[in-house]
Amino acid sequence: MSLDAQVVVRRGSLELDVAFSVADGEVLAVLGPNGAGKSTLLRVLAGLLVPDGGRVVVDGDQVWNSPQQHLPAHQRPLGMVFQDLLLFPHLSVADNVAFGLRTRGAGEAAARATAEGWLDRVGLAGLGDRRPGQLSGGQAQRAALARALVGDPRLLLLDEPLSSLDARTRLTVRAELHRHLAAFAGSAVLVTHDPVDAMALADRVVVVEEGRVVQTGTPAEVARRPRTDYVARLVGLVLLAGTGAGQQVQLAGGGVVAVAEEVTGPVFAAVRPESVALYLERPVGSPRNVWPLELVAATPHGSVVRCDLAGEVPLTADVTATAFAELGLAPGAQVWASVKAAEVAVYTR
Amino acid sequence: MPAPLLVPALLAVAFLVLPLLGLVIRAPWSQLGPQLTRPGVGEALRLSLVSATLATLVSLLLGVPLAWVLARSQLRGRSVLRALVTVPLVLPPVVGGVALFLVLGRQGIVGRWLFEATGFSLPFTTAAVVVAETFVAMPFLVISVEGALRAADARFEDAAATLGADRWTTFRRVTLPLVAPGIAAGAVLCWARALGEFGATITFAGNFPGTTQTMPLAVYLALQRDPEAAIVLSLVLLAVSLATLLLLRGRWLGRGALA
Repeated sequence: MSLDAQVVVRRGSLELDVAFSVADGEVLAVLGPNGAGKSTLLRVLAGLLVPDGGRVVVDGDQVWNSPQQHLPAHQRPLGMVFQDLLLFPHLSVADNVAFGLRTRGAGEAAARATAEGWLDRVGLAGLGDRRPGQLSGGQAQRAALARALVGDPRLLLLDEPLSSLDARTRLTVRAELHRHLAAFAGSAVLVTHDPVDAMALADRVVVVEEGRVVQTGTPAEVARRPRTDYVARLVGLVLLAGTGAGQQVQLAGGGVVAVAEEVTGPVFAAVRPESVALYLERPVGSPRNVWPLELVAATPHGSVVRCDLAGEVPLTADVTATAFAELGLAPGAQVWASVKAAEVAVYTR
Repeated sequence: MPAPLLVPALLAVAFLVLPLLGLVIRAPWSQLGPQLTRPGVGEALRLSLVSATLATLVSLLLGVPLAWVLARSQLRGRSVLRALVTVPLVLPPVVGGVALFLVLGRQGIVGRWLFEATGFSLPFTTAAVVVAETFVAMPFLVISVEGALRAADARFEDAAATLGADRWTTFRRVTLPLVAPGIAAGAVLCWARALGEFGATITFAGNFPGTTQTMPLAVYLALQRDPEAAIVLSLVLLAVSLATLLLLRGRWLGRGALA
């Protein structure tokens, strides 16, 4: 139950052209900012939108989309969880879950029994007679998942499945979803702009920006070695592009970053904001990485203050609120920033 | 509230309500029983109710699919189609009657074939009343249902498609239930319009007691011979209209606003 997809869609300002494959039992997260074309991609996979080009092939031989062919949505053995869930308000929860079985020819009693079984599995036993409007956000999300999974789909599509939930419910539902995805035998494609969802739920991550795949890898690889500013920001890193020369990286903007290993050619240097220290005077001793920078913005970020710094090495530093107060910093202030060479991750571009 | 708005508003209310009050005040309440049981009155009322109901059923059967085509299909020239469909809304009903006569009359473009094939001539029959009322009233239903369809979230139909429902199944099991309040409201509007139909009916179906003389025609005729009878018949229509309005507000519009 593998999926091979190449999807080309041109709509207004959006030019989507992405290719990826998903193996049996694999969960692929498509991570990207709003407007990157993620939802459009899912609509094409679901058969709700006819693409301008490309192919969607399932199991190696079932062609769902090709330049000659478009299999309509209702003929595709898939399940989809929509961003707003879209549980039918006029049907009971059980009838919502049974819907996909009834349309595919199951008898009423059999469909009802299977639906009840799934409601039980997602923790909604006894709530089948309620209307969707009478469910909490987490319960509705579970019902939507049961409705998508009930027909044993080959492909499961999830469009921002946790975005409608409050933070606390999200934690629980995310863990449950992880369990159900692990048990799911088919391929799953999850679209999200939340890196935590992608990291927690996916086996592999595809990052899409402006309609193109900019990075593919396991969640750990993507988190450790982001390849675009967008991903770096998501995973809380500052990304510096430059050219390796010995134990130094020459940045495109002119600065030099010392690193712990020998590097050559085009590289990224990634810096964790919490590893950046700020000083009012040039620090004594001889740290190899020390730059005079200007503080351009400071925003509280949990227990730390996130300081955006401009200069030859544009950085972000997280300093504790106490340290920030002691330094007496304000936007426009001149500071010295330092990072240990060993704290800079460096990898080829 | 500023006077330039308040005064005209009050005048408008008076203008709309006073004639109805006059009808109630001038009604020969003591004569109500005998007038209502006069021969012909029950007949006209029954004919009105039956033909308006049939016209509404025909409108539902044809109008709901038409509204779906207007709201959901990718058909070219939909805006032209919508304009054509709404013409009967603004057309003087008498003109509608004449047009129906030219097409469906015994010498009409379609009516001639019908007559030659079956010997049946549509004008001046009860069926002609239903046809005339349908012609005038169906656009109310179509516009109302199309509005409901546009307001309904089409993504529910996407969800149904990913659950294996083809477009017909989706229409029956998802779209129709979602817009049911809108369809009901449209049907009540359509029925009320059909019930009051005068111009197209008298032109196309004539004014034959028992077969084509509906309440509005009976009222008009009675006014010339027996004004008291006309007032009583008008009261009956007023009562039916008010009952419709209450039904519409209390049940359909209330539920429609929630959906």
